Amino acid sequence: MITKRIIPCLDVRDGRVVKGVNFTGLRDVSSPVELADFYSKSGADELVFYDITASSDGRKIFTDILTETAKRVFIPLTVGGGINTVEDFDRVLKCGADKVSVNSGAIKNPSLISEAAKLYGDQCVVISVDVKRVDGVFRVFAKGGRENTGIEAISWIKKCVDNGAGEVVVNSMDTDGVKGGFDLELLKEVCDTVSVPVIASGGAGKTEDFITLFNEIPKVDAGLAASVFHFGEIKIKDLKEKMAKANIPVRR
Amino acid sequence: MIAIADYGVGNLFSLKSSFSAIGADAVVTNDISEIEKADRIILPGVGAFGDAANKLFQSGLGGVLINEAKKGKPIMGICLGMQLLFDKSYEYGEHKGLGLIHGSIRPIADVIPKDLKIPHIGWNSLDFKMNSPINKYINNGDFVYFVHSFYAADCDEYTVATAEYGADLTATVQNKNVFGCQFHPEKSGETGLKILRAFTEVKGEAL
Repeated sequence: MITKRIIPCLDVRDGRVVKGVNFTGLRDVSSPVELADFYSKSGADELVFYDITASSDGRKIFTDILTETAKRVFIPLTVGGGINTVEDFDRVLKCGADKVSVNSGAIKNPSLISEAAKLYGDQCVVISVDVKRVDGVFRVFAKGGRENTGIEAISWIKKCVDNGAGEVVVNSMDTDGVKGGFDLELLKEVCDTVSVPVIASGGAGKTEDFITLFNEIPKVDAGLAASVFHFGEIKIKDLKEKMAKANIPVRR
Repeated sequence: MIAIADYGVGNLFSLKSSFSAIGADAVVTNDISEIEKADRIILPGVGAFGDAANKLFQSGLGGVLINEAKKGKPIMGICLGMQLLFDKSYEYGEHKGLGLIHGSIRPIADVIPKDLKIPHIGWNSLDFKMNSPINKYINNGDFVYFVHSFYAADCDEYTVATAEYGADLTATVQNKNVFGCQFHPEKSGETGLKILRAFTEVKGEAL
């Protein structure tokens, strides 16, 4: 039976995990390699590394760190951040990434998705979208959520999938950081529109938020979160136990 | 020594790292003589069947694999590499495979309900169908990671395990010394490493 995936996301800058983490028993809580290993052993189904480095030096460190992680962690790794060209795909795939997530890069260069999908296959290309309601309409935001592109989100997501994106990460800026639960309205609309896997992001504050997500929208494939996992507010093992009790299929 | 056959299809970094993690000696190589000398061969692959089959036969690797399999060398195909072990595929036309396992590769869409997503992607559990040395270290119901849109059909007598996704999809196959996994053992956590470890220990038996 196919299971719902739980995905921690690590923001990495200059080779270190930022946003801070709060685990006991880890030698180095800001080492992406250590954290990835920890999450893998805790039952994470997949990991997302998000490169928020601004400099090219930092980017080199990021790919080194990614290589080290991929040598030690044998669950799927998705890499995002700074992916603007097919060469960027190539760079991270060679370091052991399995999937590559594009966001602003696809807005700047609409043919990026189709070019990458042709070269590496649809399953390798993830479109990540930051969405915010503006006057009651879902709009796509770029540059880490700082810039309203004016693009309508649902049709944008559909276009990306038509071009070859094999998965969609939907990050609701309206629920992100609030910890009041996922954006069910937005996610339902996306799930009704596309037939590729949808990963929900933004808003998880407690275990019940994941259970509500998968119960209310059975078509959602995965839940992604960062700080609630990093700060230990939600432990993946507990989360999966509770999901199993709620009859949501999980890998344990 | 294990040869991971590099014929220009897919990313072999994780596979090589997986063998390192279990302490097995593996090399990624496109050198035919090195592949012939190896104790075991891994046939990886992602992408389209037709393309990969062309590369396999044009490079001469296809013929080598058939010869080595007949001599009894353990061979394991992974994902598209597993599909290439079969007689033929109906992925965008009809293409000939290695014919080391009898059956054909067909679209998942033919057998699963319309409301299920394609590709079949994510963690799914294995349902054992027969005993095999490849399952030595794992248990019925263990989870492995899949990404595929086509599956092996008409191969019941070789099917070691299936995964349920609206239909019982072929997950692991064996014909004597030739093994195949539709899923990615190198991305399937501890379970995947245990499968690779079992492969490093299987005894050869001539086809």
